[in-house]
Amino acid sequence: MTDKYTQLVSQGLGKDVAKKLGLPQPVVLRRHQPGAPLVIGPVLVSGDSAGADDIATTLLGWGLDVRRNALPKEKLGAILLVLDAVQHPEDLAKPVLTAGASLRDLASNARVVTISRTAHSATSPASAAARQGIDGLLRSLAKELRAGATANGILLDDDLATTSPSALGALRFFLSGRSAYVDGQFLTVSSASGTLPTDSEKPLAGKVAVVTGAARGIGAAIARTLRRDGATVVAVDIPAAGDHLAAVANEVRGTALQLDISRDDAGHRIIEHAVQRHGRIDIVVHNAGITRDRLLANMDEGRWQSVIAVNIAAQLRINEALLASEHFKNSPRIVSVASTSGIAGNRGQTNYGASKGGVIGMVKSTAPLLAPFGGTINAVAPGFIETEMTARMPFAIREAARRLNSLKQGGQPQDVAEAIAFLASDAAGGISGGVLRVCGQQLVGA
Amino acid sequence: MAAADVTAGATREATTTPQATRSAVIVGGNRIPFARTGGAYVKSSNQDMLTAALEGLVARFGLQDERIGEVAAGAVLKHSRDFNLTREAVLGSALSPETPAYDLQQACATGLETVIGLSNKIKLGQIDSAIAGGVDSASDAPIAVSEGLREILLDLNRAKTPVQKLKIIGRIRPKDLAPDAPNTGEPRTGLSMGEHQALTTAQWKIAREAQDELAFNSHRNLAAAYERGFFDDLITPYRGLSRDSNLRADTTLEKLATLKPVFGKNLGSEATMTAGNSTPLTDGASTVLLATEEWADSHGLPKLATVLDGEAAAVDFVHGKDGLLMAPVFAVPRLLARHGLTFEDIDFFEIHEAFAGTVLSTLAAWEDEEFGRTRLGLDGALGKVDRAKLNVNGSSLAAGHPFAATGGRIVASLAKMLHEKGAVDGRPARGLISVCAAGGQGVVAILEAA
Repeated sequence: MTDKYTQLVSQGLGKDVAKKLGLPQPVVLRRHQPGAPLVIGPVLVSGDSAGADDIATTLLGWGLDVRRNALPKEKLGAILLVLDAVQHPEDLAKPVLTAGASLRDLASNARVVTISRTAHSATSPASAAARQGIDGLLRSLAKELRAGATANGILLDDDLATTSPSALGALRFFLSGRSAYVDGQFLTVSSASGTLPTDSEKPLAGKVAVVTGAARGIGAAIARTLRRDGATVVAVDIPAAGDHLAAVANEVRGTALQLDISRDDAGHRIIEHAVQRHGRIDIVVHNAGITRDRLLANMDEGRWQSVIAVNIAAQLRINEALLASEHFKNSPRIVSVASTSGIAGNRGQTNYGASKGGVIGMVKSTAPLLAPFGGTINAVAPGFIETEMTARMPFAIREAARRLNSLKQGGQPQDVAEAIAFLASDAAGGISGGVLRVCGQQLVGA
Repeated sequence: MAAADVTAGATREATTTPQATRSAVIVGGNRIPFARTGGAYVKSSNQDMLTAALEGLVARFGLQDERIGEVAAGAVLKHSRDFNLTREAVLGSALSPETPAYDLQQACATGLETVIGLSNKIKLGQIDSAIAGGVDSASDAPIAVSEGLREILLDLNRAKTPVQKLKIIGRIRPKDLAPDAPNTGEPRTGLSMGEHQALTTAQWKIAREAQDELAFNSHRNLAAAYERGFFDDLITPYRGLSRDSNLRADTTLEKLATLKPVFGKNLGSEATMTAGNSTPLTDGASTVLLATEEWADSHGLPKLATVLDGEAAAVDFVHGKDGLLMAPVFAVPRLLARHGLTFEDIDFFEIHEAFAGTVLSTLAAWEDEEFGRTRLGLDGALGKVDRAKLNVNGSSLAAGHPFAATGGRIVASLAKMLHEKGAVDGRPARGLISVCAAGGQGVVAILEAA
């Protein structure tokens, strides 16, 4: 799982040597296991708004050990910076500095989460400045944290309470081991839709989820994670990958559908299979994707077209079929796998970058089409993830890509899957049209 | 284990009164691509391949942890250690380990016979679901020691003293060490299957060109079926193979015409059977999921076709009365008569291509007036098979023929074709399967669109 260097320097002699030499010191990240506590250690809630009080009360209700003031020398599992009521950049000083004084007391794999409001809904320049300031603050803070600790933010539209369902859903996601490789990122909650699960171990119970590209790598991890969270999984991949697909489908107790998603009738076939076999279709995860890298100067039409066809055109066509289907009307969820290449760009990947940027555009534009019946669509953009594909990269490039992020290590397929599982859940009903990066706060690029 | 005990209970069967109206439906199938012997599956055992085919079926239809009524499969070339081949494959699969299984063997008809036998159990009300299948590996075939060595080794095992043992070991002669590999020779005639067919091909005066054309059509039809995705839900890749390795999509009649004859070279007449119009030795496995309509419905599974009926026949090839592979010629009219059907009522003919000559000799016999009168007891010829309805998605000449796996290949493909066809003139589309087998046997069956 964790790369060898991380294993070496996370304990014993290796840890001492790495520290003395000033080498990167990644730690083994806290990842979600069934039955694991939401957060390990007390949670400091910083901020004096009514929204902060509501959050503190909610956390107590979850059985967490909540502090409104830090105790000296006490290791903290998380710090919540509730900044929902700031009106002016000057308002940030007190809560932020209070939190800052406790940063040294953060335990390994701790969490810092800000809760604030979206700048676009600000009513005055000062308010917008304060809100947008939190963006720069959070991203900088995330780069200061060590030992697997992460900092992420929740942005609420103006009329939403800090305890609206998806705000709490996002908070639980960020506090938990499910967000292990998400760092320096924001989730925007734009509506009060969504419901928290009755069983937090099975947030997808009763759902039928379709995962494309499920035969291996990230797709297989998505299938396993959705299954772990209670969903029935339809695993889709091209016929030529059928043997690996069958193994995944049998492991997750789902069904295998051998299908080329770029076929015209792919959407119809997916809906028909899910509904006939499992009675419904609630979640579609567009994970299937290909790379055909070439510098644009050397790019041929075949390479360009095949990447566009599989990575974005197929998703658009399948979404059309989903939107037209009577079976996809009950708070459905679509989650697309984008890529940091689609945000920050990557040399040799103009075709791939166009397709993945396209996914982000598609998600934004499709969100309002799903909203009338409680549906959402989001994208997840993985950074460097340890897969068979990245294992084939040349050593030096791989090692650089792996370390150039705030967590000093590559992510696991499960990390991407966790983000997708959260966005596919009822708790994420108020989150739509956005992109969540799972990149350990990649340092290069956006 | 409480839940498992409930599923193991007999409530379902007990409440179902056996009745003639129960039908056995084909839900679907799965096979691994067939590989030419010595190719992709050279390191795969029968158990490996059957398990792989079973796992793909389980994945396709979500049968994990399901207690299937019964699984039946078999292999023609079988190691003695594989005495419980099918049960072992079930235990190696994601099916419930409480699924019973048995092996069956009827030479090349093994696969089709498992379908018929299990369908009958379903129709009788004994079981609600079943998996039929077959597997064969000519690459991983059992090799026996010579009969002489076998006797010596058994004596050695019984010997008590070192002196006795030494004496027995001293009996071993170099010729005893030659291994005894399986072959397709008939024990009672010593002739290989190809030589037998060459006799029949010559008897019915089947031209080389006609055989090559049948082989060409088999490759062309199979390639076209792959191209349009027909096999996407019938095959699961295995060991890097996603299509049958014997398939030559680019073969031509000209290329086939250049091949030298391999069988029937000493018959006096012109030898016509080549490696192109004969089926090569092949490795592979296939499975078919069968069930009652209720079981399929309650599991949210498709119903492609029903197994109407089956019939077996055998011929006296030993004394030369009929050709070795001609038994289906007699089974088909009997089966048709039992249901008051003629060739006009059949929409797809699936005649297993052991050799192109086998198919063409069979068709010739059915078209022959005198044969119809004297041998089939009819008023004239049985009838003419419309070539446009024959093996429309290719058959064994292109796909290959892992003996026991061929029945499952044909049944699953035909069931899908019938489902796509639906109804013809207000009746369900109908397909006829004919499989010839060693020992002068043949098994045939009729499926109807569900």
